[in-house]
Amino acid sequence: MRYLPLTEVERRAMLARIGAPSIESLYRDVPEFARLPGPVDLPPHQGELGVEREIGALAAKNMGSAAVPSFLGAGAYRHHVPAAVDHLIQRGEFLTSYTPYQPEITQGTLQYLFEFQTRVCLITAMEVANASMYDGATATAEAVMMANRVTRRKRAVLSGNLHPHYREVTATHARFLDFHLELGAPDPVGAEDLISRIDADTSCVVVQNPDFFGNLRDWRALGEACHKAGALLVVVVTEPVSLGLVEPPGAMGADIVTAEGQPIGNALSFGGPYVGLFAAQEKYVRQMPGRLVGETSDADGKRGWVLTLSTREQHIRREKATSNICTNSGLCALAFTIHLTLLGEAGFTRLAEINHRAAVGLAERLDALPGCRIVNGSFFNEFTLALPMPAADAVEALARRRILAGVPVSRLHPNRPEFANLLLVAVTEYASEADQDALVAGLKETVHG
Amino acid sequence: MSGLKYTKEHEWIRVEGGVGTVGITPFAQEQLGDVVFVELPEVGRKAEQGKEIAVVESVKAASEIYAPVTGEVVEVNRGLPDTPATVNSDPLGNGWFFKIRLADAGQLAKLMDEAAYKSFCEGLH
Amino acid sequence: MVDQPPQHTFTGNRGLVIEEPLIFEQDMAGRTGVDLPEPAKGKDRLGGLRRKAAIGLPGLAEPQVVRHYTRLSQKNYAIDMGIYPLGSCTMKHNPRLNEKMARLPGLGDLHPMQPISTVQGALELIDHLAHWLKTLTGMPAVAMSPGAGAHGELCGVMAIRAALDHRGEKRHRILVPESAHGTNPATAAACGFEVEPIPADHRGRVDFAAMQAKLGPDVAGIMITNPNTCGLFENDFARIAEAVHRAGGFVYGDGANFNAIVGRVRPGDLGVDCMHINLHKTFSTPHGGGGPGSGPVVLSAALAPFAPIPYVVHGAEGFRLVEHDDGGLSFGRLKGFHGQMGMFIRALAYMLSHGADGLRQASGDAVLNANYLMASLADEITPAFDGPCMHEALFDDRFLKDTGVTTLDFAKAMIDEGFHPMTMYFPLVVHGALLMEPTETESKDSLDQFIGALRDLARRAKSGEAAAFHEAPRLAPRRRLDETTAARRPVLRWHPGNAQGRAAE
Repeated sequence: MRYLPLTEVERRAMLARIGAPSIESLYRDVPEFARLPGPVDLPPHQGELGVEREIGALAAKNMGSAAVPSFLGAGAYRHHVPAAVDHLIQRGEFLTSYTPYQPEITQGTLQYLFEFQTRVCLITAMEVANASMYDGATATAEAVMMANRVTRRKRAVLSGNLHPHYREVTATHARFLDFHLELGAPDPVGAEDLISRIDADTSCVVVQNPDFFGNLRDWRALGEACHKAGALLVVVVTEPVSLGLVEPPGAMGADIVTAEGQPIGNALSFGGPYVGLFAAQEKYVRQMPGRLVGETSDADGKRGWVLTLSTREQHIRREKATSNICTNSGLCALAFTIHLTLLGEAGFTRLAEINHRAAVGLAERLDALPGCRIVNGSFFNEFTLALPMPAADAVEALARRRILAGVPVSRLHPNRPEFANLLLVAVTEYASEADQDALVAGLKETVHG
Repeated sequence: MSGLKYTKEHEWIRVEGGVGTVGITPFAQEQLGDVVFVELPEVGRKAEQGKEIAVVESVKAASEIYAPVTGEVVEVNRGLPDTPATVNSDPLGNGWFFKIRLADAGQLAKLMDEAAYKSFCEGLH
Repeated sequence: MVDQPPQHTFTGNRGLVIEEPLIFEQDMAGRTGVDLPEPAKGKDRLGGLRRKAAIGLPGLAEPQVVRHYTRLSQKNYAIDMGIYPLGSCTMKHNPRLNEKMARLPGLGDLHPMQPISTVQGALELIDHLAHWLKTLTGMPAVAMSPGAGAHGELCGVMAIRAALDHRGEKRHRILVPESAHGTNPATAAACGFEVEPIPADHRGRVDFAAMQAKLGPDVAGIMITNPNTCGLFENDFARIAEAVHRAGGFVYGDGANFNAIVGRVRPGDLGVDCMHINLHKTFSTPHGGGGPGSGPVVLSAALAPFAPIPYVVHGAEGFRLVEHDDGGLSFGRLKGFHGQMGMFIRALAYMLSHGADGLRQASGDAVLNANYLMASLADEITPAFDGPCMHEALFDDRFLKDTGVTTLDFAKAMIDEGFHPMTMYFPLVVHGALLMEPTETESKDSLDQFIGALRDLARRAKSGEAAAFHEAPRLAPRRRLDETTAARRPVLRWHPGNAQGRAAE
């Protein structure tokens, strides 16, 4: 076995020093009935080539989004990731390092996480950020629980235009921690009134920008209403590239910001692993979940970084911890931060502009198709297209022509027949002119076929 | 130090005129190590004997402070959150946490005096 | 001849240990590491929400970026460099084939919301991994979506709570041994339970009598790690499970240490109702400096109906993904999309590489290495308990008594010898604990060098060299860091020297 260095001769010598006759004898604390006499009923070991063939065959049964024109979004976005990103994150010193609990020999991880925290603060215009969560959905659920702790209230208002997965994950936690959620109804034009739902028991209002249907919203008035009532404003961002062009949540009065970091630096990878971003105003830092890296100095006075404020966390606070999270998304945070470093201010803002221009151009063309209509007034790089037929059927038909046309709203809101014809279309820098032509032509034929 | 009463959770209380000043003992601060954070109750909060009322943290440990007696918090050591090191340097003096108006002075009888607390700590080693 | 290395260098660098400033301190406005085309012109549709203030991101060209992160990487210890004996954390070799497989076209570029007809291979892969996990644990079902071990714990305990709710039972306490990982009590609390600690007995196992005395109609179950965090197999596990079941509770198995028994013992045979599996610990996905992880949870027949969405089902027309459970018993959704696919691929590549025979050998070698370590150190460093250990060897600090050297000092001195320290002061049930897990991917030569270094350190500690230990480490990129100041006055982000960066606030 290529991953096991011990030879039979060495095993015998080691057993002799231990004074045990066999490896099996070391399992003497396991009751006899539970010891398997031999290997379980699964195939035997194989070399690299065999494994590559087997997994390669499974990969070949899929239609990779890189191989075809793709307009998929709804919370996961494919952007071009510079080659240096994947190379650097695969350096063994990053890839195969543990959580930086020994700061003397993990300054590399600690420094990039400190830089990551700073970047998350900069793009969201918030004061503090943690070292990452699992993904945007779990980060959002944690934000609601944090708002409950900060305000000592147990009723959160969730916008109807929050990504359904984010709502569902939060609802799962609400069920078990016995807090109450008031769920707004989804509204494709993004005109819902949330201010009237705030009262003295409201811990927070959770909104998304751009929202699930792609609409951009100004949440300043909502933020003011929240603060007047002693509630927090939580703003969710599922496409962080938008922050290169759009007013950030911190400028709208957000108290907590959560986001999905995947679109920057990370592969689609069928939904995971992704990276949850979590930022807040500094006065709430002791109620934050997850790890935090802070600056300090060593015994020689040199600047360095450590994990800090750890008494919030499970390994110290146990049942009183702010969250049970331990492992987060360190390496995905590294990919995020390297990609943002390569972009820089100039590249990041330009990338956002390119995305928006491409989306505006395609939206105009699709809006001009007979029977088709863009629902949104405003959007960043994703919009909702109303079709004259069920969107799921159109998507299937186009997939047969090797075009991934978008995400049918019905996939995420199956119980709302009024949304059956709505299609979410995302446009990134990957969508070439030829790809856009293919979508326009394909849709035209499909809806009138 | 006469007049101080102690709890098994290593709080001390000194009562003058029906109001008790509360802090943590030198033994407790030594066990915790460098104190980095304290969280004090609001003035006016009703405390119940043996229930959590404040928090003290070091880098690697967090510990609840339990009210040694039932009563109302009448004053807190406002400067303490900004200078948590005082808990280490002067636990029985400037490192006090809060003052509480006793609801029932009889509860003091349940607490340890200095000799009893000293032998209690020795038993922990 | 000059005997001493130079105390001072102009750069502050020391040979290959190169000082690297923060990325924000290398900024030059307008510089970039990408070449993007000029955006098209025209009217925007931003609804008046165009960003007003500058963001403040630093600008660097690609060579600077590559150098920055390469230099940072060189300040890290890693399993690629040497033994990483962190007990309970299981730092084993990460095969690079796994990385290659996760990046294959048709896997790495799959969007989670593609039509199901275009992702049949992906669903088959998840189903295939699920089959391996179920077979290896002897359990009938598995929930694949949890994002890491602690998330898997949430999943399992939520399933228990959902099953109890379904029965109409209000049981509000969960028993957790004192030796448990901190995530166990934190998870129980996050699911609305009160935590009832169970003491360990003198053998380092759950005190059966104390456990039994705590059982009652208000006990929802027990969370129990096996092998436990003392590196010992819980001999009474089956009895414990039986007693908990008889009292109407469920048994949560913390699978953090499954790597000790994989291919040899099936937790299902011992009576667990659910158990999370940290794919990085047992199945070699990289730890990545703190994630990402993946924490599938195997479930008994009693808990399977309450599994979270989504899940894969295999029907006549291929594989389906159940993303909604209207009116069903599923406790709901735990994570966005479908789980940590990238980690599934890596874990499956590892399993296929090892096969059933190799996995059995791997767990055996892990246990052999730990016992070899224990046997080779026992006369210098005091083992906490008698008898063979499983995959990790637990020592206490009796050997340091009256030396003036603490467990922490000892660990920091290991850094100067070129090793990552072992786990310290955990589990809490042992004084000054030193928990060492060599894993099966360590060679005998590597172990012998490690053993030699630890024996030498122990002798030095006992011979009155305490002062040197207090100073350690001296040869690492940084010496001991001031964690007290970091916590008293937290600096959690970089701020520019002027007010420019704060403009957006």
